[in-house]
Amino acid sequence: MTVASTLGTRPVCASLLRRMKADYFATPLNAVVSLLCIAAIAAIAVPILRWALIDAHFAGTTRADCTGSGACWVFVKARFGQFMYGFYPPAERWRVNLAAVLMITATVLSFWPGLPRRALAVPLLWAGFLVVAAWLLAGGAGLTRVETRQWGGLMLTVFLSVYAGALAVPLGILLALGRQSELPVIRLVSTIFIEFWRGVPIITVIFLASLLLPLVMPAGWDIDRLVRALVGLAFVIAAYMAEAVRGGLQAIPKGQAEAASAQGLGYWQTTGLVVLPQALRISMPAMTNEFIALVKNTSLVSIVSIFDLLGIAQASLADPAWVGMNMEAYAFAGTVYWLICFGLSRWSRHLEAGRKKTH
Amino acid sequence: MTRYFYDKRVREIFWQAALLAGLAGTIILIVRNASQNMVNAGMASGFDFLWRTSGIDVSFVLTSYTPDANILALLWVGVANTLVITFVAAIAATLLGFVVGIARLSPNKLLAGLAGAYIEFVRNIPLLFFVLFWYFGVIAALPGPRQSIGFFAVAFLNNRGLTIPVPTDGTAFRIAALVVLAGFIAQAAIAIWAKRRRDATGLIFPVWASGLALFIALPALAFGIAAALSSWDVPALRGFNYRGGFVLVPEFVALFAALATYTAGFIAEIVRGGIQSVVKGQWEAAYALGLRPNRALSLIVIPQAMRVMVPPLTSQYLNVLKNSSFGAAIAFPELVSVFVGSALTNTGQAIEIIAITLAIYLALGLAVSGFMNWFNARTRLVTR
Repeated sequence: MTVASTLGTRPVCASLLRRMKADYFATPLNAVVSLLCIAAIAAIAVPILRWALIDAHFAGTTRADCTGSGACWVFVKARFGQFMYGFYPPAERWRVNLAAVLMITATVLSFWPGLPRRALAVPLLWAGFLVVAAWLLAGGAGLTRVETRQWGGLMLTVFLSVYAGALAVPLGILLALGRQSELPVIRLVSTIFIEFWRGVPIITVIFLASLLLPLVMPAGWDIDRLVRALVGLAFVIAAYMAEAVRGGLQAIPKGQAEAASAQGLGYWQTTGLVVLPQALRISMPAMTNEFIALVKNTSLVSIVSIFDLLGIAQASLADPAWVGMNMEAYAFAGTVYWLICFGLSRWSRHLEAGRKKTH
Repeated sequence: MTRYFYDKRVREIFWQAALLAGLAGTIILIVRNASQNMVNAGMASGFDFLWRTSGIDVSFVLTSYTPDANILALLWVGVANTLVITFVAAIAATLLGFVVGIARLSPNKLLAGLAGAYIEFVRNIPLLFFVLFWYFGVIAALPGPRQSIGFFAVAFLNNRGLTIPVPTDGTAFRIAALVVLAGFIAQAAIAIWAKRRRDATGLIFPVWASGLALFIALPALAFGIAAALSSWDVPALRGFNYRGGFVLVPEFVALFAALATYTAGFIAEIVRGGIQSVVKGQWEAAYALGLRPNRALSLIVIPQAMRVMVPPLTSQYLNVLKNSSFGAAIAFPELVSVFVGSALTNTGQAIEIIAITLAIYLALGLAVSGFMNWFNARTRLVTR
């Protein structure tokens, strides 16, 4: 009895082995490449796994509880509240949680197929959410005020992403329409606006917003530091969003708009009822990519001493009670960013696949 | 009256005039507020500050700048550092990106998976994370000068940066650079002549062979001879640190590593998309015409893939230029760091300094996209 016939009694295993041979060891070169890859994976994964899990410390409350060479997750545990909420008063953190629940509800509702009058309901839903969430976070009108200085961590990253995104999407749509406009002045102004913000680094825009915005306001007006950074981010992202929307607009055949105006629809009706719904559906993946870029770029606000997730992780390294926690802080912040951005891009791809199936 | 109200042309002119009036009004308001606020705060204005002595010490200088020089010279230090880091990071990112992008398409699923994991890892984490990670996580954790990691006993990497040898006199290298430039011009001339001759007679001149000689062998030879003729300032351990050579400060090494590895993830996806955009039939048609695989790749597939790749590559190179400003987060003295950081703190002239900085980035961006547009026009599909 040969080896092959013994394996034949377990067909699943045999086919797996055969497939592995075909996939990874078909030719000598292929085999060498596979072995090198296995060696590379082992060289990267083993030390990381040992550091992050096997040799790591999870129990305890102070630096002294971490004795070995592994990661000291005690540090992240002790700082968890700060990484999530910054210096938001612990007694008021339920407001942040409630805003997060509202955000998830609004997102789910936006994608719920049973939502009536979607084109009107979704913008209204989000506008309502933005107002309520801003009130919950900042306080006033019955709630204790929480200064934006005290905001921080993941909560601030999400806040900046959502609010800058919410400003950038409508502005970006208007700019994209302006750039496609038949009116030369509107086209020129939109093009200059878009190309200017796309041509300069976001860091300089954040400096511009935080240093120059107070200067151009009437004397006595004061804009909150966080709002300045938010406006700067929103302008840049709007320019990128506009280019994403333009791709969708250009994909709509001219006959669509012509047919609509032949029906007697004016510019705004043609755009709002015929062109934009189709164009935005095409632009969705590109707009999601810009939103992911926005989430990543919110980390730049730490340059003007606003402590988002990455900023607060970096600031926590200065604590003398927790010296040498660089890797732990970076690993935690990096993982959270990765999960958010990777999740968003997968979700966008999933929506895209679903859309292609229905058409 | 209603006749004008419903006239399309009148309405168009009205809305455009309204937009212009609104913009002009906003600008006038901004200028008035700004000038009033500046008078109230006693702030200076104008560009005289550029000729004031800077007094700022910079850790990484490639020009003849000293703290006694004026602020304009400081600006050039920043611009030079921005250009250098952009250039070296873009080249490294392109090389790494092509390797990863081609590996992503490998028939070996392990290699393709490894490349895919790399791409998904770097693309979904902020660049600032990588900059801080390389600076505070990796470089800071390197051993001190006494336990440096040596490269062939001439370059040394430690927590104070990468110390590399430099020639004491650059004359030989300047001559070598001129020789190489002459070689490039000769190659361009040969290419034009070969194309003319091919169009006229059908004879094929091996342009790639002269290209290999003039682009790779000649520069290698020229710089090799220059290196052998020059005397070198090789870093050597004296006491607690290295003396001699040129120190690439830790900030430079960290920013370079972060920019190159991060951008490579994006370039890899562009390369993958470009190669995949060439349909299989193109390969098959090339084989059917009797082309061997390497000729099919170089004559049929790469030119078509390049056409798809050039526009997104352009925006990646522009991103490297703009992202070099992340150096400000770790105080690498690039444009934002020295000008919007140090010079602004010293002079307080925020409006002028930010305007100059934005103008420089816009001008550099225009130059890069101008070059890439020229390159794109050369590789574009010519249709009748």
